[in-house]
Amino acid sequence: MTALVPLLVAIPLIVAALLVAAAQRIHPLAANVTAAAVAATVTVLAVLLIFRTSHAPIDYWFGGWHPRHGIAIGIAFHVEPLGAGVAAATGALATAALLFSLEYFAEHVQPYFHALMLIFLAAMIGFSLSGDLFNMFVFFELMSIIGFGLTGYRIERRSVLQGALNFGVTNTIAAFLIMFGIGLLYGRTGALNLQQIGETLRHRQPDGLVVVAFTVLAVGFLVKAGAFPFHFWLSDAYAVAPIPVCVLFSGVMSDLGLHGLARVYWDAFSGTLGGHDEAVKGVLLVVGCLSALVGAGMAFLQASLKRMMAFVTIAHIGAGLIGIALLSARGLAGATVYMVADGLVRGALFLAVGVIMYGLGNPNELRVFGRGRGMPVAAIVLLVGAVTTAAVPPFGPFVGRTLISQSAPGIVTAVLVVSGALGAAALLRASARIFLGLGDRRDPLLVAPPTGEDEDEGEERPIGLGLLLRLPAILLLAAGLGLAFAPGLADRAVQHAAQVENAHAVALHTLRAAKPPPLPSLSQHVTTASVAYGVLSGVLALGLAAFGLYRRRLRLPGGRFAAPLLAGAKAVHDGVPGEYVAWLTFGAAAIGAALALLIR
Amino acid sequence: MSYLPYALAGWLFMIGLYGIVTSRHLVHLVVCLSVMQSSTYVFFLAVGYREGASAPIFKDYPLGKPAVDPVVQALTLTDIVVSVTVTALLLALVIEIWKRAGTVDPDELRQKQR
Repeated sequence: MTALVPLLVAIPLIVAALLVAAAQRIHPLAANVTAAAVAATVTVLAVLLIFRTSHAPIDYWFGGWHPRHGIAIGIAFHVEPLGAGVAAATGALATAALLFSLEYFAEHVQPYFHALMLIFLAAMIGFSLSGDLFNMFVFFELMSIIGFGLTGYRIERRSVLQGALNFGVTNTIAAFLIMFGIGLLYGRTGALNLQQIGETLRHRQPDGLVVVAFTVLAVGFLVKAGAFPFHFWLSDAYAVAPIPVCVLFSGVMSDLGLHGLARVYWDAFSGTLGGHDEAVKGVLLVVGCLSALVGAGMAFLQASLKRMMAFVTIAHIGAGLIGIALLSARGLAGATVYMVADGLVRGALFLAVGVIMYGLGNPNELRVFGRGRGMPVAAIVLLVGAVTTAAVPPFGPFVGRTLISQSAPGIVTAVLVVSGALGAAALLRASARIFLGLGDRRDPLLVAPPTGEDEDEGEERPIGLGLLLRLPAILLLAAGLGLAFAPGLADRAVQHAAQVENAHAVALHTLRAAKPPPLPSLSQHVTTASVAYGVLSGVLALGLAAFGLYRRRLRLPGGRFAAPLLAGAKAVHDGVPGEYVAWLTFGAAAIGAALALLIR
Repeated sequence: MSYLPYALAGWLFMIGLYGIVTSRHLVHLVVCLSVMQSSTYVFFLAVGYREGASAPIFKDYPLGKPAVDPVVQALTLTDIVVSVTVTALLLALVIEIWKRAGTVDPDELRQKQR
């Protein structure tokens, strides 16, 4: 079984190379079917790995370079159930996206597109399984570069180019920060293996170098995740990328930033920073709460569903970050379940947006007002998905958010409820306008996307049978909702998270083949309070959506004062790369300064 | 061990960052990104440097004689490859922007978009 581990990355890379080599001779549809089959195979392998690692993590050493005398020289994949779960979700989303593109793009893309999608899949899975800091960087960069290319795939549009450029510049700077973090840690420990780094740092007090290294690594991963104030590139890039690519961006690429942060913290830094966990917790919680609120607030101001989904992603990344920031087994388990379940739902939502764009040619709720009446499947996916993202019981995202809020302070739970409700309200409002024709036709407060961005995918086309357009969305939604009913999901997630957080025992297992860390028996109960929070989120979402639809009829006096404030928020978000980088610098400096002051 | 290479790496990083934030031309911006990336090369080589050691080529090399760390040199090489790819891709995007919009000034581009 161990020998299967590298196949998860190797198969998509090899098939991608073959597709490129045969690009001139192979029919685009054949390439698409091949790519989808590969993605499905990878998904099955990843699911197998979840069960295979349920007792002990698997370390696969490339070229058989096993550690000797507790020193790791080789490069490893370190597979545990949480990482394998993320990999499985990646595979599922890629499969759905490729099935969707079979009908969505049909013959309008070359096999290069499918090859790029497969390399993207390989990079994301490699990142989620890698146990080596430099390999994480390599997969991070591979993911970024393919991401720039896929964002700019419809190169004939100017807004597409600018979205790809902003994405490229900010994420490349994030990669430099990660490089500096790697260099600092390597200079201090002489190791690149995460467990080895953790063991070397374990018995030292954190000094300036460790704090700087953690700051630059954390900021690097948070840029990829799109946390506030590093999120500006995200809405530009997601707004212009083709729908099948958005499914992967929103469903899993952003979550991988968080996964990288959690892995680096627990494996490498928890030993040395463990005595100062209040500092790390405080700083990350603030970033998480701000992302959750800013993302949800901006989502409510968007008229274009694609941009709205980008900001909803930012809000939910904030919720996931809150889970990781709690530095508890429940928090990490909750964040992982939430990222996987909510990621699948977000993928389904993007596919439903894709159906709207395919049929109506535009995802702007004011432009296609009431014209979605003939699209019951897209309507159901969007409405159900939107309600679910507010973490309404008993579905998948609810299980994750319950675990998070059970170990969170009260105010943080309030942030989770409000942010979930606001994001869901935006989606509900747009669905009500498009599918049901409810509410006002005009809403001057909503942000109109830049000219040309909306007509991304061409004109109206008859949907016809459109099975492959709708089926992937339904399957993803069902997977995201149904995850809640996997037996013992919450218990096992918490057990495995506790195992991950037992970093010393994990390192001894990896480096000295010691017995694997024990699986504590922890059972989770859904409390009345958590059900109440979920229901409250849902009700609040419905109320806010109705407010969004009928706000102008209420003739509230506050509008005159709110308008300049909102205009300011909009202006900050349609900036140029230089401004985004200035925000990035500011955020990195603020996080670094806060950590340095608190860890002394 | 001298601090000069670390200071140089810091300087290259900051000057590149300043260039990106104040850039009025996208080609200039991409070149500034390359300048920033150079700082990581200098930094890595400084991390692996040992006083009085020679290059890590081990053919006919006396056992026990110190050599500089080959791992960071491998990392630097990987980093350079990444840098070339990113620069090429971003410059290609800039050329396309120039063809479509007729300008590569970020502020003018923003105004044209409205």
